[in-house]
Amino acid sequence: MELNPVEIRLLRRFRKMYMVTAFLVSLAMTAVLLLTVFNLPAFGKAGNPAENEVIGRYIEKGLEETGAVNIVAAVILDYRAFDTLGETLVLFTALVAVLMLLKDEAGVFNRRYRERSKFEPEKDQIFRSVAGMLIPCLLVFSIYIIVNGHLSAGGGFAGGAILGATLVLYNIAYGLEKARGFINEKNFLRFITAALLFYSVVKGYSFFTGGNHLPSVIPLGFPGSIFSGGLILPLNITVGIVVACVVYGAFCLFNRGGL
Amino acid sequence: MMEFHLFTNYVEIAAVILFSIGFSTLLFHQNLMKKIIGFNIMDTAIFLFLAAKGYIAGRMAPILVEGANDPSLYINPVPSALVLTGIVVSVSVTAFALALVLRLYERYGTLHLDEILYLTRGEHD
Amino acid sequence: MIIFEGLLLIFLIVCAVAVALTRQLWQAIIIFMSYSLVMSVVWVFLQAPDLAVTEAAVGAGITSILFFLALKRINAMQTGKKGGKGK
Repeated sequence: MELNPVEIRLLRRFRKMYMVTAFLVSLAMTAVLLLTVFNLPAFGKAGNPAENEVIGRYIEKGLEETGAVNIVAAVILDYRAFDTLGETLVLFTALVAVLMLLKDEAGVFNRRYRERSKFEPEKDQIFRSVAGMLIPCLLVFSIYIIVNGHLSAGGGFAGGAILGATLVLYNIAYGLEKARGFINEKNFLRFITAALLFYSVVKGYSFFTGGNHLPSVIPLGFPGSIFSGGLILPLNITVGIVVACVVYGAFCLFNRGGL
Repeated sequence: MMEFHLFTNYVEIAAVILFSIGFSTLLFHQNLMKKIIGFNIMDTAIFLFLAAKGYIAGRMAPILVEGANDPSLYINPVPSALVLTGIVVSVSVTAFALALVLRLYERYGTLHLDEILYLTRGEHD
Repeated sequence: MIIFEGLLLIFLIVCAVAVALTRQLWQAIIIFMSYSLVMSVVWVFLQAPDLAVTEAAVGAGITSILFFLALKRINAMQTGKKGGKGK
């Protein structure tokens, strides 16, 4: 399929027009945005319109209502927990979409992967021993971040990402067969659906009570200790499990087209 | 009375410049992977803008210090919560876009948008 | 402090321009990774430690892993398939 000269000239003209239009559009957009920024209220001043009574309410009542010291965790996992459920489902949907697109049914890529696998650093002694030292530290660090989500910075998303990265490192260092020993297709699906179901059931009650929170059954505990904050700790753990599974699943799908 | 804040809003100006760089990367580059990176830069620019709107000078992060729950001590926690959602959604979008690009590459053997458009030309008629 | 913050913001802009101008994809990805890390430092300055931790783990870690895996897969397909060029 060759292009004739008329088509080539048309395409060149289209390219030129496209470049000019794109340049003008980005210039105009930058100008409009800069003008907007010049008219915004000053940066970092108290009493800006963004600081309204909602923030005062969250900070004053947040600790006694949710038991969480970290107000951001209180907002995302208690006041706006449905938002976070939707976000977790977005992650899950992205994983399902990647699964649909990259699942290697015929095993074509798998064969090619096996041919190339002699170039993988699986037998590398240095890499393996360094990974052996790093993996326990990473595991402890990720669990610390997940479990301390309501007390300090972090939470389920960051900790789950670190946990997933640890699984990825284990897979790269020790090979696929060993990693399949504790996370394979079957219990991968079990983990992720159990976590999502737990989240929906636990947070579903406020849906049925019309948004009015029932008095929490779980005692809120002493602020600052690990077992405080009511439902925030288990919800952080479920979010962490979902994120870790999504990261590991996306890694496996991109790497060889199957878990 | 309109006030102009030329140099006080420096974080917002940086966010706008980053947004325009990402936008122009998205428009000018023909390589699909480069387009995804430009999209990510646009994402982070928007997050930077939102986080800058929540910042109040001289106040602490919204992690309560013992016994002090006065709202005038802490910054605005709501933009942080929103941006936390946004970061996770942006990584989902990146994963999905990369999977689509990989499928396109498997079929057409190129990442160049014009070449893909040229190769798809015969499929419609 | 304000000078350091300004330097970080300038570094971010330089990184973004460098991503737009580099020819090689893997170089662009590495520059994007450093961009994300500096962005997490900027968030510490903006008093948002939650965002800093999440950006360092998700933005710099997971996004770069996905980009590198996609790039590796494209190179694997390149050696397997004849005539494919990934320019």
